[in-house]
Amino acid sequence: MTENVEVPKELDATIQSMDNRFHDIVTLDDRKSYTGYLVPVENLIDFATSIRDDLGYDYLSSVTGVDYFPEEKMEVVYHAYKTSGGGALVFKVQIPREKPEVPSLISVFPGSDFQEREAWDLLGIRFSGHPNLTRILMWEGFEGHPLRKDWKEPFFEEEKKPYKNRWPEGGVYRIEDEVPMGKNVKYPLGFDPQKWTPEEQTTFKEDMDSEAGDNGSNGSAMHTDQIVVNLGPQHPSTHGVFRMVARLDGETVVDLYPEMGYLHRNHEKIGERNTYIMNMPYTDRLDYISSMSNNLGYALAVESLMGIKPPERTEYIRVMMVELTRIVSHLWSIGFLLNDLGAFFTPALYAINERELILDIFEATAGSRMMCNYLRFGGISRDLPDGILETVRELVNERLPRKIDELDTYLTENEILRSRCIGVGVLSKEDAIAYSAAGPVLRASGVSYDVRRADPYSIYERFEFDVVVRYNGDVYDRYLVRMEEIRQSLRILHQVVRDIPEGEIQTGKALYQVRVPAGEAYGRVENPKGELGFYVVSNGKPNPWRYHIRAPSFINLTALGKMCKGEKVADVVAILGSIDIVLGETDR
Amino acid sequence: MYGIGILKGLGVTLKHFVETYVDDFRWLGKRYYNEEAYAVRQGPKATGIFTVQYPEEKLIIPENFRYLPFILYEEKDDGSIEDRCTSCGICPKICPPQCIWIVRSNDPETGRPIPAPTEFFIDIDICMSCGLCAEYCPFDAIKMDHVFEIASYERMEHHILNKEQLSKPVSYYSSIQPKNFRREEEARVAKEAAKAAKKKEREAKKAAS
Amino acid sequence: MTEGLNNPDIPIPDELAGSIAITTLDKIYNWGRRSSIWPMMFGLACCAIEMIATAASRYDLSRFGMEVMRPSPRQADLMIVSGTVTKKMIPVIVRLYNQMPEPKYVLAMGACASGGGPFKEGYNVVAGVDKFIPVDVYTPGCPPTPQALLHGLITLQKKIDKQSILKVNWYRKEAIPAIPIPILGPDLIDPRDYEKIRNLPPVQEESTAEA
Repeated sequence: MTENVEVPKELDATIQSMDNRFHDIVTLDDRKSYTGYLVPVENLIDFATSIRDDLGYDYLSSVTGVDYFPEEKMEVVYHAYKTSGGGALVFKVQIPREKPEVPSLISVFPGSDFQEREAWDLLGIRFSGHPNLTRILMWEGFEGHPLRKDWKEPFFEEEKKPYKNRWPEGGVYRIEDEVPMGKNVKYPLGFDPQKWTPEEQTTFKEDMDSEAGDNGSNGSAMHTDQIVVNLGPQHPSTHGVFRMVARLDGETVVDLYPEMGYLHRNHEKIGERNTYIMNMPYTDRLDYISSMSNNLGYALAVESLMGIKPPERTEYIRVMMVELTRIVSHLWSIGFLLNDLGAFFTPALYAINERELILDIFEATAGSRMMCNYLRFGGISRDLPDGILETVRELVNERLPRKIDELDTYLTENEILRSRCIGVGVLSKEDAIAYSAAGPVLRASGVSYDVRRADPYSIYERFEFDVVVRYNGDVYDRYLVRMEEIRQSLRILHQVVRDIPEGEIQTGKALYQVRVPAGEAYGRVENPKGELGFYVVSNGKPNPWRYHIRAPSFINLTALGKMCKGEKVADVVAILGSIDIVLGETDR
Repeated sequence: MYGIGILKGLGVTLKHFVETYVDDFRWLGKRYYNEEAYAVRQGPKATGIFTVQYPEEKLIIPENFRYLPFILYEEKDDGSIEDRCTSCGICPKICPPQCIWIVRSNDPETGRPIPAPTEFFIDIDICMSCGLCAEYCPFDAIKMDHVFEIASYERMEHHILNKEQLSKPVSYYSSIQPKNFRREEEARVAKEAAKAAKKKEREAKKAAS
Repeated sequence: MTEGLNNPDIPIPDELAGSIAITTLDKIYNWGRRSSIWPMMFGLACCAIEMIATAASRYDLSRFGMEVMRPSPRQADLMIVSGTVTKKMIPVIVRLYNQMPEPKYVLAMGACASGGGPFKEGYNVVAGVDKFIPVDVYTPGCPPTPQALLHGLITLQKKIDKQSILKVNWYRKEAIPAIPIPILGPDLIDPRDYEKIRNLPPVQEESTAEA
């Protein structure tokens, strides 16, 4: 579930036995409630290569930075896993805050690409050797690195929530009336907007592969010019405000890179100001199609810090909600994949129709269709209302299996769908692991990796279900994986509604101010989109010191360029649809 | 044979099409604006495609539904009203986006705080409808409303609600969330009874000693 | 719907009742526009999902003649700003707004689009789309349920009903000026604020200081 336990003995032993090269160099992180190893900066690449090749930690899940502000040091934290299952190997690099620079791991784990760019963008940690270390969520030219603890936004009110002026002298005001510009902006001293000239916006990064098409890869000897096409940020099939910059040779994609940040809502900055419980409703707005699973990931991380476990009934209710969410999300994704293929709206309508019925359940239990905010630390916000379990039973046992079969008949054998999807956007098994792809994208490439099985959390080890794997790694296989995962979710739900016990729903008393001991925790869950991780560092105060989200939608996009190369531009849309991103999570 | 998949798929569309009309005939004349038909058609037993004819009819809103918060006052028998809120400050402390402002004043004579809010503001342009305020209020004084028809042409005036706009009687609350209300009332009565019993016990002990 | 169109002040002979309606030009003009508002197919954040759900069969926007979501701003009448507006996105939104032909309307859906919402304090968030483009209807909620969005759209229809062909600004001779597009500099720069930015008090220094 999480890594806040003692380092397993055998893991320690493997590190020690690692041909003794690192024996004297790598030290155990012995801060209280911290785990993992401290690696000196100069040995980082060696160490990473070694754990990948010698120990089998081939999957780099998360890369993030932590700013320990008054201590004048920064830390880069890596979480690596084995695709064969098991717990994490956490390793960290400590660097001075003045000049934070670490070697980029992109040569060992290509999946660290975007995450390192994000750490550079938000924390200002320089990754030497990174081929394209540019800002990823903010725009190039933005002033400052916002996640540094001493960086303050224009609408800054107080260091920590709750703000003192809300009560008892709470005279209402709008914050924009209190700041100089009346807007959420600030400029460097003496900034003159008319003398300032914008940096030339590079539509395309320079090192992009521009040769491939020049020699007439389209079969003819004719020399054709390549054009650069922007898809988005306003584009009906980019699933939100997402932009893809594609270099095209005729209709063939020569190279493509994603440009994001159009929905960067500063989740982590706000999250570090919030108290622990306040972050719960914010997690709803990450992957806003599957809010219940986000809640679970965050609750697991904080619960492991607090050292509590929810009661039995709550565990069942949680699993029930999370699996219903998975169905919702996969239905949505299948419907909109078909939208992207040109089957405009009818398949999506049928999918949304079933989704609405599940949303009704969420609305009756949690109070909102989408933003459920249902889980609490060690419990849930309220018990199931009367009669809702019967509705769930009816849905799970009667209606949904029938409707899923119907959807299956409707789509799976459709020749147009097959010819549009089979063999398109192929991602090989090796690439999928290397690029840290997660969820259905990873499993469609033949990697049988599901956090629910590989590193079970909550009560998943009790349920019978199969990890769905397909082997071709194309759009069609991703579609099939999702379809089959709905069935497996129904299978789990079937067992949940059969076995759900009566009893308490909350461990201890539900407090509005929870006490979280100092330490770090990484809670990860198998979200419908892939592995969602919450890295939380507590210093014992009411607010988290560091609150980082490993967003599957974000990291899955690392492989997008790879998948799209050589495909037709119309298929790019389908490939993006098959990755199934949600921008709230991609940009956070 | 090529094309079978497409034909099968079209069959599904046809089925949906027909089912919707079959349903029309089954509920002939009372398909819309009819509580009974409508409750069935909103649930998992529905066949065909269901459309709610908003604004003429509205979906059944479950009790726990939350939109925006409101504060409760008790109506006394003599016609006076009393706020349930004691301005204890828990809701502004737990509000994640910090959209609640409470003014508490002190009694001019004793200098002690008055256990009622002098003013209460909620900025609904910030509120995220999370319901934490209602959940953690120890006095059941703030609850989530079901009213969602509040679109307006202007926000500077309408979107910061003051105490007057937020206050609603307890009878309104019991009408929108009858079960929750009953449960809370029972819990309150039980709590008061326990308190009284304890007091009695203490007095009895005192008398005995 | 045609009942509302008839002007009751002008008597119609009995034998013609039911076959003809006498109305004002304003009324029929507004009736035509209000019954065919084409929204732009453009979603920003969480609210966009509820917008799609509104367009789906359970709530069915097409009952209001609004199901024709246009991906191109040139064909759209209504921009539903469905979600958090970020600084990185606002130049795009303003440009799209400028590209929409008159008459055009903007509906701010949800708390974020109206006034920043829960993310207002964030450094990359615009505290309300109305800081840049004029908004006609605000729909509070986080997110507004599909029914709340429908209510917002009905409110917009009511607004259209009140407009008069003689007073609307898109039939005037003078051109309607386009809104200057914000620039992404060290922070978001609104060209309308140049003067203000230059005259910023030096207090700014403190908050700009970066380690």
